[in-house]
Amino acid sequence: MKDFSSIAGFVLLVGCIPFFTDSGVVLNFVMMALYACLLAQAWNILGGFGGQFSFGHALFFGTGAYVQVMAQVHLGWNPWIALLSAMVMSAAVGFSVGALSFRYGLKGSYFALVTLAFAEVFRIVALSVTFTGAGVGLMLPLRESFTNMQFTSRTGYVWLVLGLVALALCTTAWLRHSRFGAYLQAVRDNEDAARAIGVNPFTVKLWATVISGALMGSGGAFYVQVFQYIDPSLAFGPHTSVEALVGAIVGGMGTLWGPVVGALTLHVLADVTRNLFGQLPGINMVVYGCVLVLIVMFMPRGIAGIRLHLFKQPVKTPSVGKERA
Amino acid sequence: MTSRRQFIGQSAAAASAMAFPLVGGAQPKTVKVGVLHPVTGALAYSGQQCREGVMMAIEDINKLGGIKSLGGAKIEALLGDAQSTPQAGAAEVEKMNEAGVTAIVGAFASAICLATTQAAAKYNLPHVVDVGVADQIVERGLKNTFRFGPGYKKCAEVAVANLHVLNTAAGKPARSVMIIHEESLFGTGTANLLARELPGYGYDVKEIVKHANPTRDFNNIVLRMKQVNPDIVIPANYYNEYALLVRTMQQQKVTPKAIYSVLGGAASSYKFVKEFPEAANGIIDCNHWFSPRDKRSLELKKRVEAKNLFFSYEVFMAYTAMRLLADAIERAKSTDRAAIIDALNKSTFSDHIMPYGTTQFVNGQNMGAQPLMTQVVKGDIKVIIPRDYREVEPIFPLNG
Amino acid sequence: MFDLSILFASVLNGITTGAVYALIALGLTLIYGVLHIINFAHGASLMVALYGVYFLKEKIGLDPYLALPIVVPAMFAFGYVLQRVIINRASHGKDENILLVTLGISIVLENLALLFFKSDTRNIETAYTLTTVNIGTAMIALPKLVAFIGALVVSAILLVVMRFTFLGRAIRAVAKEKHGARLMGIDVDHVYAMCFGIGSACLGAAACFLLPAYYVNPMVGSGFVLVAFTIVVLGGMGSFVGALVGGLLIGVVESIGGLYLGESLGQVGIFVIFIAILLLRPQGLFGAST
Repeated sequence: MKDFSSIAGFVLLVGCIPFFTDSGVVLNFVMMALYACLLAQAWNILGGFGGQFSFGHALFFGTGAYVQVMAQVHLGWNPWIALLSAMVMSAAVGFSVGALSFRYGLKGSYFALVTLAFAEVFRIVALSVTFTGAGVGLMLPLRESFTNMQFTSRTGYVWLVLGLVALALCTTAWLRHSRFGAYLQAVRDNEDAARAIGVNPFTVKLWATVISGALMGSGGAFYVQVFQYIDPSLAFGPHTSVEALVGAIVGGMGTLWGPVVGALTLHVLADVTRNLFGQLPGINMVVYGCVLVLIVMFMPRGIAGIRLHLFKQPVKTPSVGKERA
Repeated sequence: MTSRRQFIGQSAAAASAMAFPLVGGAQPKTVKVGVLHPVTGALAYSGQQCREGVMMAIEDINKLGGIKSLGGAKIEALLGDAQSTPQAGAAEVEKMNEAGVTAIVGAFASAICLATTQAAAKYNLPHVVDVGVADQIVERGLKNTFRFGPGYKKCAEVAVANLHVLNTAAGKPARSVMIIHEESLFGTGTANLLARELPGYGYDVKEIVKHANPTRDFNNIVLRMKQVNPDIVIPANYYNEYALLVRTMQQQKVTPKAIYSVLGGAASSYKFVKEFPEAANGIIDCNHWFSPRDKRSLELKKRVEAKNLFFSYEVFMAYTAMRLLADAIERAKSTDRAAIIDALNKSTFSDHIMPYGTTQFVNGQNMGAQPLMTQVVKGDIKVIIPRDYREVEPIFPLNG
Repeated sequence: MFDLSILFASVLNGITTGAVYALIALGLTLIYGVLHIINFAHGASLMVALYGVYFLKEKIGLDPYLALPIVVPAMFAFGYVLQRVIINRASHGKDENILLVTLGISIVLENLALLFFKSDTRNIETAYTLTTVNIGTAMIALPKLVAFIGALVVSAILLVVMRFTFLGRAIRAVAKEKHGARLMGIDVDHVYAMCFGIGSACLGAAACFLLPAYYVNPMVGSGFVLVAFTIVVLGGMGSFVGALVGGLLIGVVESIGGLYLGESLGQVGIFVIFIAILLLRPQGLFGAST
């Protein structure tokens, strides 16, 4: 299938970068760019394909991060096993939050706000509970080895996150071609119509949340393996939630490569502005913000969506679905 | 294959070097030092104050002839912005490494320092921590990390011991304590230590109150204070919250026997004293402070104030951290990283304005580092303990 | 566990703090209720207003309360232009794009403030900053009491505008049925911009009442955004009475929660209510059932 071969090509291409350079700057850049892609892709599954915008995706990120640390520090588990458990726990949180929200029929902005609220609740609780280290946070002891998922050079981390990104890409590709994915997109486009043809929107949205949560959790676990420190605001703060949704929307929601393109573009933008304008603090972020607005102004369907825009004739349809009536 | 890697590596290095806003122009024979602080984002104020301190130190060092053992080579600063997140800090370290810095000074906040020291350790790049009070920073066994100032364990111990001294000297009028701390790493860590140490000296910790950053209103906490009626109030938080707390106490006419801060955000802050002289009056702080006996401290203070900035702890901590580093480079007689780490380890740097005496590093922590006890008296901040740095007699209790 | 007098004072504190929250939420509920957009830039706009009040006091010595007639219209213009020129143009009417545009605007505003005003926290000192008023056994700060009265007045004004003016009717029409309103000759873009302007004007008023008891720095807005959203949802989107009552309620919950659970964990009360309302009564206390 075209999708899987392009994914394979991407993985091969990026995976070979460490063979061409040992520059710490380049490898770190690639690692953080892939990390941003992972977050954006996780969000895209629920937001782009499922049409449910979450403002609190940090909820899953933080869960994954804390579970990763706690499993190693409190339970002495191997980090690779911990990674699986982190994804499982994030999926479980996704299940619970999703079940609660969809059971009560939350949609659109209401759903977005409830995810935000849950992320905040987790943050505040993490601040107060001792086994998460409360305000002090948790540290992962430094011990570099493959089995311990801590690598001396960034190369190991690049391959690790590339693997997770590949997983996310394959999941997205599967969504594009599977029945479940078709159901999900049907629910996104018109929930009532989907129900009318026999799709159960509740189940479909719930599973999308679970998958999205698991992938986001893997991002959190990855973060903590690299930086070896997590605290409640790093874990559940709005910074990560925003990073996830911005990449996906700018790149083009509901597409395979959109989140990758978007996350990469924003990452490069942030880096370039920091380098060009680092002298006066603040200017670089002003430029970043302006460019963000401009991107949205001129590429309303996202960067990846521009291809669709260029090749399709605009069709006037009555306002349904995402656009406000 | 190797040459291509090297080429790309070198190109990246060259690009990184050009990517840095260079200060002082590109001159031959310079010693490049990475100056890494959170100058944007939530911690922007402190980050900018730190950066100012380091830059003034570099200016002074260069004016005195640069690194004489390297033929008078000037120090060249490569400025980095940690953007108030550990990730951005670590990314800047990578860039600085490739741009060929000999060492890094930074990164103010403990959480960011944890990430930057670790990133630097991969390249055996010496990293002098200017503030970062979390003890984990120097307890991880990283050979490249050096902290000139004290951590919060030391500050808490000194604070408790001195409280006891003050209290005993005044006839033990105070017994009950209420701790108010901010919820993250520094506040929680400090509060935990205090709660452990105080009972041993016979104090009754009646209540420990944690608050968020930012907290919009302290009226409830002050109400609890009215109820608990502690003899001593111990705040450990950042400037904004500290100022709001103390002002609210003033407004609600709550006057404990002492406001005794440990690493209090506004307690020994010239900015706070200037803006709220009444509320600040009498506050005791156990915090980073310069040696009042050294004339150069006052000269530095005047220079900073001439720039319309406050002489806050970030400035003089970062200033002296840079002086420490320069001294090590001088004695290492080279820009080789391992040599500098060795020089730092063996450092006996004593020509500084901090009350630390002769430097001695054990596992990256300067054993001579200590906080000082200050009190706000007549609109100015004066040192009260230890005796050899005392400027005024302490007033304890406040309304006794 | 606590004396009655402490509890009483805490409730009063909650009400007065909540009044400021309500002022901030009033603007947001209008914007949210009519334009259906989640305005990420609301906190940054508050920050802009606060700086305005600050500089009026510092440079020309104008008392914050006397600055109301300047700050409120200025913020109105700010909001109107922002919506008409940038948000409307950039977002092409799609929800997710509006989100990004307001996010971009908030980044730009915060960092422009950082650039021009530096990162220091700034306070103003007025004759009445430390004055307290005795209500029963409680000592309530005067600025907070004034804020409470201000919130009531502003809500009343907004209600009158919505009910009795042509603009109010136009706004209500657009909120209910955009296309139908357009067919009736209402300039929808203008109405949207007016709403955003009025919402920003409320922030201007909030800033005048807030600064005497608080401070300003480039990041100050972010501390209020989540609380404001909670109140909007609690009160019911588009309902001013809801925003007022919701604000006071949240203020009291935060206060009592802080008293019993500690100022850190006590915040959780706000979000638990938030979630409960969203699940059980999403239209809020005063919103219309859809």
